Amino acid sequence: MRSKSRSLLMRRLVLHAALTPLAIIWLFPLWMMLVFSTMSDYGIFSPDIVLVPSTQFIENFQNLQADTDFLRAMFISITVAVIYTILSVMLTSMAGWALARYRFAGRSVVIAIILGTITLPFAVVVIPQFIMVAREFRLANTWVALIVPPLFNSLGVLFMRQAFSMMPSELFDAARVEGVKEWRIFLHIALPLARPTMAALSIILFLASWNNYLWPLLINSKPGMMTAPVALGTLIGLTKVSWGGIMAGAVLLTAPILFVFIFLQRHFISGITAGAVK
Amino acid sequence: MRMQSRIAYAFLAPYLLIFATFWLWPIISSFLISFQNTRVNPWRFAPSMNWGRLVGDPAFYNALYNTLIILVIQVPVMIALATVMAVLLNSPLLKARPLYRFAFFAPVVVGEVAYAAVFRLMFSADFGIINKIIGTVGLAPVSWFDNGTAAMALVIMAVTWRWAGYNAIIILAGLQSIPGDVYEAATLDRVGKVQQFFHITLPLLKPIILFCIVLSVIGTMQLFAEPFLITNRGGPGGATETLGLLLYRQGFTSLNFGYASAIAYTIAALAVAISLLNLFFGREAK
Repeated sequence: MRSKSRSLLMRRLVLHAALTPLAIIWLFPLWMMLVFSTMSDYGIFSPDIVLVPSTQFIENFQNLQADTDFLRAMFISITVAVIYTILSVMLTSMAGWALARYRFAGRSVVIAIILGTITLPFAVVVIPQFIMVAREFRLANTWVALIVPPLFNSLGVLFMRQAFSMMPSELFDAARVEGVKEWRIFLHIALPLARPTMAALSIILFLASWNNYLWPLLINSKPGMMTAPVALGTLIGLTKVSWGGIMAGAVLLTAPILFVFIFLQRHFISGITAGAVK
Repeated sequence: MRMQSRIAYAFLAPYLLIFATFWLWPIISSFLISFQNTRVNPWRFAPSMNWGRLVGDPAFYNALYNTLIILVIQVPVMIALATVMAVLLNSPLLKARPLYRFAFFAPVVVGEVAYAAVFRLMFSADFGIINKIIGTVGLAPVSWFDNGTAAMALVIMAVTWRWAGYNAIIILAGLQSIPGDVYEAATLDRVGKVQQFFHITLPLLKPIILFCIVLSVIGTMQLFAEPFLITNRGGPGGATETLGLLLYRQGFTSLNFGYASAIAYTIAALAVAISLLNLFFGREAK
């Protein structure tokens, strides 16, 4: 008995000895992001190793704002992410509902489209999508260009479909017998029941929009219409630029999401594993 | 049935409309554009121009080579690391589990630009914290951005940092779906933990790990932000230029949409081929 508990202790020690350095390495870039964002440029470029935050965050942010209109870019990013999330949850819920609850001609074709596009690299679509939105629709540097094309989201449809198909059909049949219209059944019975799934999906969609880089970089490159990641990206690689400012911007992009992540980890994780475990 | 169809398509309509406009038509149009000379106005049909150029373009082979190097080194390292993370996080002996989970999963929510910026600063040759730390143990500083091999290693490290936790989340979900009595039985039969890992856990995880590999292959084939931002447009001298970056350069810097479309289709074809190959060998090995 004694030797068994000792070997258990040993195993526990080895486990933590393996994981702790790995965890420190993994946290290091995030920690340094915070540290850099509070240091003056002079401090960042000095030969000393500094591992604790300083006090220059506000000054750095002012430098950032002088280099690019970051507040405007943040405003665009937040607005786009909110509108995109609402619209996308609506679209994917409706599509998921149709696939979960009705038998119709062409259903297998729609399912094939969804499964096929999940693994299709965005690279294939990006050039003609750009040509279409920028040249044919003349929508470059607009809100619509940021929000509408990314609305096509196959994973979201699968996610919602799964939630709807797990609901007992008696629930909906009873309403049908009473003569309730289909869209009312969807809106008033199905959607409220799917609320946890919609919450998880919303978080994933918001995150995707907030962090989206390639598409906004291509389509909205005019200074007043850039999203926050694009605006920050334009500064990386410039020679006369405040690195403390860039880091302040990186913190502003990262901290709110990390904060939400800490409290809603479960939702993030169920959003990520939705595509995998099924 | 017909009634049902009408209702179903009413619900599907907005979604399918977006699909048709922003995906289906672009996919078809992309294929057509790849057969056109887009450097004249109006564009002209020139079937062999872009594809012919692709076959003999050293820039394409360089990008393909770099992408495959990343694929062959980064993907296995990351998946192995993610598996280790998931298995250790799943151990009942672990204390302060939320803290460890946070450490590994946090990069998943960090945006490409934010993390590219901090990596660029950390690995700066003259004043980067990494070279300072390397210096304290008496090693020579590495010029991460001027040495092609070091730059490639940097891209691989950055991508691994960003995505290992993501894969660990998926693998952990897979681990938790393995019923515990499998291990109980093995323990009763005096099978060691390490043996249990190789003979029970890994075989049961295989479909999930394959899924992770396929996702990573698709991601790597279009890798863009890291070499664009961290190693400064695929530098030094194209040493970290990936297919995704080549596509960007041809399409949006040179505005040569025809050639870029040919590259885009090559990326997709390679991603599909490599994924299928993975799935095929995954089935065979058993």
